[in-house]
Amino acid sequence: MITQVSSSLYQQIVANFEEGLMVGAQVPSLDTVRKDAFERFKRTGFPTTKMEDWKYTNLQPLLNESYMLEDTLPERNVGLEDAVISGLDAYRIVLVNGEYRADLSDVIAEHGVQVLPFLEAVNNPIFQKHFAQYADKTDNPLVALNTASNKGGVFISLSDGTVLSKAIQLVHIMASSETLFSQSRNLMVLSKNTKAQLVESFITSDGSAKSLSNNVSEIVVEENAQLYHYYIQVAGEQSNFLNHIEVHQKKHSLYNNYNCSFPGASFVRNNINVRLDDSAVESHLYGIVLGARKQFVDNHTIVDHSMPHCESYEWYKNIMQDEATAVFNGKIFVQLDAQKTNAFQQNNNMLIGDKAVVYSKPQLEIFADDVKCSHGCTIGQFDDDALFYLRARAIGEQQARTLLVHAFAYDVTEKFDNSAVRDYVDRLIERGLNIA
Amino acid sequence: MLSIKNLHASIDGKEILKGLSLDVKAGEVHAIMGPNGSGKSTLASVLAGREDYEVTEGEVTLDGVNLLEMAPEDRAREGVFLAFQYPIEIPGVSNINFLKTAVNEIRAYKGLPPMEAKEFLQRVKEKQKLVEFDAKLANRSLNEGFSGGEKKRNEIFQLAMLEPKLSILDETDSGLDIDALRIVANGVNTLRSQNNAFVVITHYQRLLDYIVPDYVHVLYKGKIVRSGTKELALELEEKGYDWLKQSVDAAENATI
Ligand SMILES: Nc1ncnc2c1ncn2[C@@H]1O[C@H](COP(=O)(O)OP(=O)(O)O)[C@@H](O)[C@H]1O
Ligand SMILES: [Mg+2]
Repeated sequence: MITQVSSSLYQQIVANFEEGLMVGAQVPSLDTVRKDAFERFKRTGFPTTKMEDWKYTNLQPLLNESYMLEDTLPERNVGLEDAVISGLDAYRIVLVNGEYRADLSDVIAEHGVQVLPFLEAVNNPIFQKHFAQYADKTDNPLVALNTASNKGGVFISLSDGTVLSKAIQLVHIMASSETLFSQSRNLMVLSKNTKAQLVESFITSDGSAKSLSNNVSEIVVEENAQLYHYYIQVAGEQSNFLNHIEVHQKKHSLYNNYNCSFPGASFVRNNINVRLDDSAVESHLYGIVLGARKQFVDNHTIVDHSMPHCESYEWYKNIMQDEATAVFNGKIFVQLDAQKTNAFQQNNNMLIGDKAVVYSKPQLEIFADDVKCSHGCTIGQFDDDALFYLRARAIGEQQARTLLVHAFAYDVTEKFDNSAVRDYVDRLIERGLNIA
Repeated sequence: MLSIKNLHASIDGKEILKGLSLDVKAGEVHAIMGPNGSGKSTLASVLAGREDYEVTEGEVTLDGVNLLEMAPEDRAREGVFLAFQYPIEIPGVSNINFLKTAVNEIRAYKGLPPMEAKEFLQRVKEKQKLVEFDAKLANRSLNEGFSGGEKKRNEIFQLAMLEPKLSILDETDSGLDIDALRIVANGVNTLRSQNNAFVVITHYQRLLDYIVPDYVHVLYKGKIVRSGTKELALELEEKGYDWLKQSVDAAENATI
C-alpha cells in the first residue's frame, strides 16, 4: 500500500501518516506518543539552514528526492563482509534498512542480556520506562519524526551486574533496489554495575540504490555502569545518514564514544548528546573523520553537565581530502549545580584537499563558577618540515604522508580501548587516504 | 663520490648559492665553515633535496648519479644523509617504527628483504651504544621530549643505523657540551671508512679537533672563497671571519 509519489519527502510522510499508512503508526500502545511526536514534527518540518544547528547542513537536496518509505524486498540477501572487523570477538546483530533480521543476527545466550526487535519490545517494562524519554526532549524534529513513525531497530538491555564477555556489533546495512527512506530506533539500557562494548558499523550492500536513513538511539547508562561505544561509518556513496544518539548517564557511570567516519557515505549528520544527569559521571567523546571526494560529514555534539563532580573529555580530529566538508559543533553546558566540573574539548583539523572545508564551532555555556573547562581548535595542513625530515630518511612521499596522518589521528586512536577496533580504524585510515 | 659544479640555488627568488663547486672523494672528510647566513644550511638542504629551493644552474652527482633530478627519498636511498641543524619533533610517529621504515626502505631500494626484527633491535642497541645515546626509543614519538643534545645524538644514531655513503652534518656541534661533542665525534670517527665521506658543516673550529678534516672550505656569500687543510680552520679561529669577508668584499668591489 506504500505509494511512491513524486513530491517532497515531507509531503510524502505527512500524507502517509495521516492516512495511517506508515506501518510504524500501527502500534496501539505507542499511539499517543506517536501522534504527539508527529504533531511536533509536522509543526517544524525538516530542519532548514535557517536553524542555527543546521546552518551548514543543507538537507534540501536530499529531501527533494522521492523515496520508497518501505523496502520492497524486506527479506533480501545481503553481504556483511564490509562489517567484518578482524580480531573482534563480538555478537552480531544486523539491521537491514533499519529492520532487525533474526536470520542474520546472533542469539546472545549470556545471562542478563536481552535483545528484542523494536516492535516486539514495546510491551517490555524497561523499554516502556525509557522509550522516548530522552531524545524527544531535544528540539530535533528528526527525532520526533522517528518517534512518530519508525518500526525498525533493536532494544538491548543488560540486567544489574551483567558484564558481557564479548562486544555487541550492531551492523546497519543499507540495501535496496529503489531510492529508500528508512528509520531505525534503538534503545540500550545498561542497568547498575554492568559493562558492555557496542560497536556500530554502517555499511552499504553492493549495488544498492540511494538511501536516506533517520536513526535514533537512546542509551541509558545506570549507576556504576560502563559503555564503550564505537561508531564506525563505512557505508557507500549512495547512502545518507541522519543519526541521533542521546545518552543519559547516572552516578559513577562511564560512557565512551568513539565516532569514526571514512570515505563513502555522501552525507552524514551525527548528533551525539550526552547528558551527565548525576554526580561523579565520566564521559569521553572521541572522533575521527577522514573525508574524501564530495563527502559531507557533520558531527554535532552536546555534553551537558547538570550535576557536580563530573568529568568530560572530547577530542575530534578531521582529516579532509579533495572537496570534502566537515562540520564540528561541540556544545558544552555546565549548569548552575554542576560545580567542580572538569570539561575538556579539542578539535584539530587537517585540510589536505585544496577544496576541502571545515566548519568548527566550540560552544561553551557555563553557569557554574567552580569549574575547569578548556577548549581549542586548530586547522593545518601537512607540515612540510616533517614531510621533508621523513623523506630525507628514505621514506617515500606517500608513506611519509600516511605516517603523518596516522600521527595526527594518534591522539584519538590511542584512546581506543578495544585493540581490534583500533587496528581496524588504523587500517581504514590507511585505506581512506588517496594521497599519491 | 660527490661532485658539485657551479651550483646556483635560490629561494623565493633570492639567490643564496652563487656558483659553488666542491669535490669530495670516498674516504674524505670535508669541513665547511663560514659566517652565519653564508649559505651552509642551504647547501645541505639543496643536497638533500628540499623542494623549497630552486636550483637554477650547475650540477650535483653522487658516484656519477645526478642527484638534482631525484626526490629526497631517492637521494637518501642512494646514500645521502643529512644530519639536520634543527631536528624536528614529530608527535605520533614512533622512533622505532620510523627507523625501521627508513632502514627497510633503503634495503628495498637495494633489493634486500626487510631486516629481521631481532637483527634490527640488535643493531639499534649496538648503534645507540656507539653514540652513547641512552634515551628510551620504544613507545616514544620521534624526538619528542628529547633535549637539544639528545636530538643531535639521535641524528648521529640514525646515521649509524642507515650507513650512508655521504653524510652531511649541519652544525651538529651546536648545542652540544664538550662531553657530548666528544661522543658524537667518536661515533663519526668510528663510522669513517674508505667507502664513505663526510661533509661537516660547522661554525666553530672546536668540532674539528675531534673530527679531523682532510680539507677545510670557507663559504661566504654563497661561494667557497677559500679552501685549505685543517690549518685554515685554526687560522679562522684565531683571526675570525672578518679578514676573509673584507678581502672578498674588496675583491667584489674591485670587479664592479
Ligand atoms: N626561506 C627563506 N627565504 C628567504 N631567505 C632565506 C630563507 N632561508 C634562508 N634564507 C637566507 O639564506 C641565507 C643563507 O641561509 P643559511 O643557508 O641558513 O645560512 P647558514 O646556514 O650559513 O647560516 C641567509 O641570508 C638567509 O636569510
Ligand atoms: Mg645553518
